[in-house]
Amino acid sequence: MRIAVVATCLGDALFPRAPIATVELLERLGHEVVFPADQTCCGQMHVNTGYLDAALPIVRHHVEVFGRALDRGADAVVAPSGSCVGCVRHQHAMVARRAGDEGLARAAEHGAERTYELSELLVDVLGVTDVGAYYPHRVTYHPTCHSLRMLRVGDTPLQLLRAVRGLELVELPDADVCCGFGGTFAVKNAETSTAMLADKMASVLSSKAEVCTAGDSSCLMHIGGGLSRLRSGVRTVHLAEILASTDRGNASADLVFDTAEVGP
Amino acid sequence: MSVHPGRAAQRSRTVELGMPTVASDPHRHLRGTESFPAAAHKALADTQLRRNLGHATRTIRAKRAGVVSEVDDWEELRRAGEAIKADTMARLPELLVELESQVTARGGVVHWARDAEEANRIVVDLVRGTGADEVVKVKSMATQETGLNEALEGAGIAALETDLAELIVQLSHDRPSHFLVPAIHRNRAEIREIFLREMPDVDPSLTDEPRRLAMAARAHLRRKFLAAKVGISGVNFAVADTGTISVVESEGNGRMCLTLPETLITVMGVEKLVPTWADLEVFLQLLPRSSTGERMNPYTSTWTGVTPGDGPQAFHLVLLDNGRSNVLADRDGRQALHCIRCSACLNVCPVYERTGGHAYGSIYPGPIGAVLSPQLTGIDGPDDVNASLPYASSLCGACFDACPVRIDIPNLLVQQRAAAVDAHTRPTGQDVAMQAAAIAMTTPGRFKLAERALGVGRVLAGRKGRITSLPWPASGWTNARDLPAPPAETFRQWWARTHGGD
Repeated sequence: MRIAVVATCLGDALFPRAPIATVELLERLGHEVVFPADQTCCGQMHVNTGYLDAALPIVRHHVEVFGRALDRGADAVVAPSGSCVGCVRHQHAMVARRAGDEGLARAAEHGAERTYELSELLVDVLGVTDVGAYYPHRVTYHPTCHSLRMLRVGDTPLQLLRAVRGLELVELPDADVCCGFGGTFAVKNAETSTAMLADKMASVLSSKAEVCTAGDSSCLMHIGGGLSRLRSGVRTVHLAEILASTDRGNASADLVFDTAEVGP
Repeated sequence: MSVHPGRAAQRSRTVELGMPTVASDPHRHLRGTESFPAAAHKALADTQLRRNLGHATRTIRAKRAGVVSEVDDWEELRRAGEAIKADTMARLPELLVELESQVTARGGVVHWARDAEEANRIVVDLVRGTGADEVVKVKSMATQETGLNEALEGAGIAALETDLAELIVQLSHDRPSHFLVPAIHRNRAEIREIFLREMPDVDPSLTDEPRRLAMAARAHLRRKFLAAKVGISGVNFAVADTGTISVVESEGNGRMCLTLPETLITVMGVEKLVPTWADLEVFLQLLPRSSTGERMNPYTSTWTGVTPGDGPQAFHLVLLDNGRSNVLADRDGRQALHCIRCSACLNVCPVYERTGGHAYGSIYPGPIGAVLSPQLTGIDGPDDVNASLPYASSLCGACFDACPVRIDIPNLLVQQRAAAVDAHTRPTGQDVAMQAAAIAMTTPGRFKLAERALGVGRVLAGRKGRITSLPWPASGWTNARDLPAPPAETFRQWWARTHGGD
């Protein structure tokens, strides 16, 4: 299958290991991955902050870039993010229709039909649960709100994790409760967001996991940012990175919050 | 008091509703005095409040989940509820006229109130007409919205709340913080203190045992029920084709108010309508399971006009618009009028659970309140505290899953955020940042440059590998969370290096 990858703006700029792992994983499974280099962002930050007019050209850009990729032979579009795919699937057409652009709304719906979150693509489209990964760590999984309630991915990420060799999957208490990220909510209502984060971190710590994983770098940035601030000794790793890891080592080191020293 | 339904109905028909307008809010019950983040700042620091709310919402969530899971066709019921409400809103004017004619035909008197002030004036005049200086009240959100108690007090009429939780709120000179459990922010020990302090003739040996507290309230209220000449209620459902009004409750205190006084005055938001009697079947299943987590609520009262010799012999129905026509005019936004005030969305909301209802300022808190309050009041510029309400959500979507009538609350929150942005009379810092980001995000070359600029972050991170402090507004993030150092290589740089091109 030829698959166009949405790096996501956050993945491209701040957390490239998630889209890199997505590419490596899909290539390992024998698929051809293409990266439409004109891509920028799905527009979710603008939409969810209420800037629906400003979001319109961003949505149009995304729809055009990936529409072209599909026209040029891509069979599917994948993003290592539940919330970006949620925006594509549930908000792009709404933004277009609100602006009276029915043509764009239809094009958005057409593209959305072939856009998948990573675990959806693997399990529901490609039909694999054992991706041949090896990850010898104690891991807990946080189902991100948009994977869970916008995309309804259900237990597909858990199916994938259960098939990973060496991985000990432990249950996260109150897993379906939001971590408190919520995009600009984390800054606009920073204290409420932090109160939600405190409870999520308590759940992660009580699970005794050494790694907390999820399908969204944004939520992991939030949970991981809190765990890092507390020097909790628990790290956050994107689901794609776990699935890309093999017993030959990780092509991409798996730390979101790198404990290694870096210089400018 | 003698009633002339025919004449009153004739008069009511001559009132023009006029162009849709926003709610009047004479007692600031729909708009607080500070923005949500400012109010939340205080609520989050109140550890007792946090414990009380955490315990109460967790308990009620578990109860709801249990009784919902035992209904095989719950999703079909939700869809039926959604469809009935959508149909109701699509023909609300004609259904209201039908309700009016049915209520009038059965001996009730219907009054139309454009806004809160008009509704309060109508009720005050009606009570004055009876000569009563005290009324007993059934718990009602509509009369909370209009500030009826304050209006009555201004006219020298004492309004006594008879719902136990509402009584606790009233006795403590507090405001409700929840639709169903207005004193959810209080625990038993606090309620005991309030009773000892505020309830006349209370037994000084009162303990915080729930039964003792309930008996104290019962003794306090019983005398009032027997003496009251006027009862005031809200509405859960009004049936257009029969003119039947229904109130559901758990304590029976509501039924006392609905049956014992000579005069009953009912204030109803115009959206509380269902077209037919049969439609109650759907809602009387959806509401109790969603609100109290019960299979059936203990008391379901229904009445149709006046029954000679039985119950109140004068019945007045006040239909309240107060901004609802304005909401109805918004094709997507009108979904908020489907709300049956079950409070399931409050109980599952992680924001509500931590801040409580008072942080919203409005008497409509939680996810639906964060939509409905600014819808009813309108948003008056960027400094309007109600402009902050739609942002009081992480858009986690738990509210939609819990809503018994499938209101797409996350989408309505986004739409109200758009309304808040549209209300900016001058560009804010956020506007400028969003416009700049939008330009970068539609121009691939600029986007790449912006990404490279992020490399500066590696300097900020220094040798720690993490960013721990940033200036405002990013300090909102770094006050509690680290940021990782930006990577040495972006994804697109990696792609170019490993796969060629670009």
